[in-house]
Formats: sequence, structure tokens, C-alpha cells
Amino acid sequence: MSTATADDLTGDPAEEELTFQRLIDDDSRVEPTDWMPDAYRKTLIRQMSQHAHSEIIGMQPEGNWITRAPSLKRKAILMAKVQDEAGHGLYLYSATETLGIDRETMYEQLLTGKAKYSSIFNYTTPTWADMGSIGWLVDGAAICNQVPLCRCSYAPYGRAMVRICKEESFHQRQGFEILLTLMRGTPEQQRMAQESVNRWYAPALMMFGPTDAESPNSQRSMAWKIKRFSNDDLRQRFVDMIVPQAEILGLTLPDPDLKWNEERGHYDFGELDWDEFYAVLAGHGQANTVRLANRRAAHEEGAWVREAARAYAEREDADRSAALERIA
Amino acid sequence: MAARGSDADAAGREHGVTGRETWPLWEVFIRSSRGLSHVHAGSLHAPDAVMAVRNARDLYTRRGEGVSVWVVPSSAITASDVDARGAFFESAEGKEFRHATYYTASEGVPHL
Repeated sequence: MSTATADDLTGDPAEEELTFQRLIDDDSRVEPTDWMPDAYRKTLIRQMSQHAHSEIIGMQPEGNWITRAPSLKRKAILMAKVQDEAGHGLYLYSATETLGIDRETMYEQLLTGKAKYSSIFNYTTPTWADMGSIGWLVDGAAICNQVPLCRCSYAPYGRAMVRICKEESFHQRQGFEILLTLMRGTPEQQRMAQESVNRWYAPALMMFGPTDAESPNSQRSMAWKIKRFSNDDLRQRFVDMIVPQAEILGLTLPDPDLKWNEERGHYDFGELDWDEFYAVLAGHGQANTVRLANRRAAHEEGAWVREAARAYAEREDADRSAALERIA
Repeated sequence: MAARGSDADAAGREHGVTGRETWPLWEVFIRSSRGLSHVHAGSLHAPDAVMAVRNARDLYTRRGEGVSVWVVPSSAITASDVDARGAFFESAEGKEFRHATYYTASEGVPHL
């Protein structure tokens, strides 16, 4: 018996590679202690930490509306949702740590701008209807992306995603309900809902990433069974899902090319503005600067709390067991 | 070298590479209802056991998923050697006679 470390790898690397490939081929799962190719580990660290960062930054567009939510109930719901996003970030950071990167390094990468997060969170939320659009479209697209990740070959990622997906469906439904309430309201409220959906539709579709032709890493991620479906397949699935939902809401999706294709059994939709996508990715979105500045401020201004808690913990160390009994 | 353990294993990873304040890692186990065992739910960082229990409640039981929470410092977990797992678990292999299905002579005999 020993504490497992990556240092005591023994035996022939080729054999380990075969074992790894067998796990992938058998649709089995790779656990943190298993040998894995460096590129697989790096791909996962990048994808999972970016996913975690997205959840953390994703608190901001909605946090913006907590103080101005139209009722106490809506405020409580929004707070619960933002708290869930924080939780999702924490599940994902923990899962990423199993790959051998520590939490501080990931924070550092986010705060210095070295690591990316989902571009969707660089759009601003000027109206209450945006809380509806984020829930319905942004969380809807996230669910499409995330459900297949529950079967990701890297087990801790899959386990985190199972937990996250359970919680996301509340997010999408509450967003739908906000829009439905507005659509059943005054003409001004209906206009607000439509105007918001006009802004969020295309960015939500771009959440699935570049087209398959422009996404060279996708093939490898699919071969490793990190991804199960291509960007374009997921995007199509999402469009097919939201068209009937928009009809129920009485909202028009802002795409003149959107129409049912009998032959394909799918909805056709128009070309997306990829120049916008790459511009936002490069830092030129509506809110890139403010999102990162807020995150940095929160991290730096919270430093004394973390230090104080550690100092307190050290002093109380001796009483730890007694204290645990008290709250049990 | 950072340990890469079970979800758990974080021995030697208490201090971040940036040298800034980093809380240690804890493993969280949740009993989802009376009569069931505590099951590993995930991990989190916290300065001490009391905060770890409270953070675990906020992080892993926001929807009534648990009636009891355990937290264990990740560094306190000792795991079987993953590279020797073949030999380590070998003694269970080839012993079908440990399973009830091995015994077929009693087929058709009631309550057996």
C-alpha cells in the first residue's frame, strides 16, 4: 500500500498506452490515477478549467439583476441560480485538480487573461428580459453541450457534469418562465422580451464553437471520447429544440433563413457572424474588461478573508474535534 | 511533484505554486438518507474542518441531497497502489466458488 503518485509509474509506456486506448475503445472511464497521454491531460485541463472559469464569470451577467429583480420571489430564484453557477465552478475546479494542476494556478490563469472563458458572458444584460434569455437560450445551449459530457471518458469530468446537468434544467425552465410571463404581459413587456431574444439568439448558437471545418481539435477530442458530438451537430440539435419552444412563447427567432427542411428532418438556419465571435474571443466584446476587472477585484479584496480564516483555523486546530461534534 | 490520486488525493498540494494563501483540500462524503452509507460526493477547499463541513453543506446539499456530511482531509487518504492493482486484486480472481452461482447441484431445490 502506498499513497498513489504519478511518480511511481513503472513498466513499458507502450503497454500503458495500450491500456489507455483499451479504456477508450471499451467506452470505459479514465480515472485520475490511470496513465494518460500528455496531450489528453492538457486538453482536459484546458477544457475543464475554461468550463470552470465560465461558470464563475457567468455569475456576473445575472448578478447584475439581483438587486433589481421585479419581485422577492424572482430575487430569491436569481440568487439560487447564481449560487448554483458558483457551485458548478467549484465542482469543475475540483475535478480539474485531479489532473495535477492546483487551484491557485487556475485562478492565476483566469485573472491574468491567460485562460479563456465562454464568450457568451462578455455580452451585457441591459434589461430584465435578459434574465429570461440567458436561462432559456444560454443555459439551454449549455445543457445541449453538457449532457453528452456526462459520458466523457475522463471520469471526474463526467461525474461533475452529472451533478451540474441536474441543476441546469431548473435554470432553463425559470428563464423560459420569465419570457413567458413577459409575453403574457403588456405590449412593452412583449417588446422587451423580443428585443432581448434578438440579441441573444446568435451568440447562443455560437456557444457551440466554430464550425466543424474550423475546429481542428474537435476530431481528436471526439476520438478520445471527451466530446461525443461535433459542434455543428450540437448546434443543429439546439436549433431543432428551440424553434418549437419559441412558437409556444410567441417569440420570433431573428433569422430569416430559419425554416424546416423536410428532406433533412432538421431546421435550416442562416450563417452566423463568425467575425463577431472571434472579435469577442479576442477581447473586444461588450464586457470583457469589466468581467475580468470584477473578478480580479473580488479575488484580491477577498484575500484577507482567506488569510484570516487560515490563521483562525491554525489557532483553533486543537479544538477541531470538539467543534465538529457541536455542529453534527 | 503533485500527487494525482483518487478524486481525493492532494497530498503535497496544499500550497499553490503562486505561494499565495491556499486552503487545504477536503473530500466530502454525503449520506443521502437514513439507512444508506456515506458516499463520496466530491472535494472542496476549506481552512478547517468546521468550515469544510459548512462549505460542503452549501456546495453539495443545496437541494436536500443529504442528511449527514463527512469531510476528510484529502491528504489523510491512503489509496491502494494503482500501478500494482493487477497483483493487488489478483487473489479474488479465479475463485468462482466464492459466488452462489458456482453451485448448481441444488438447482430446483426450494428455498436454497
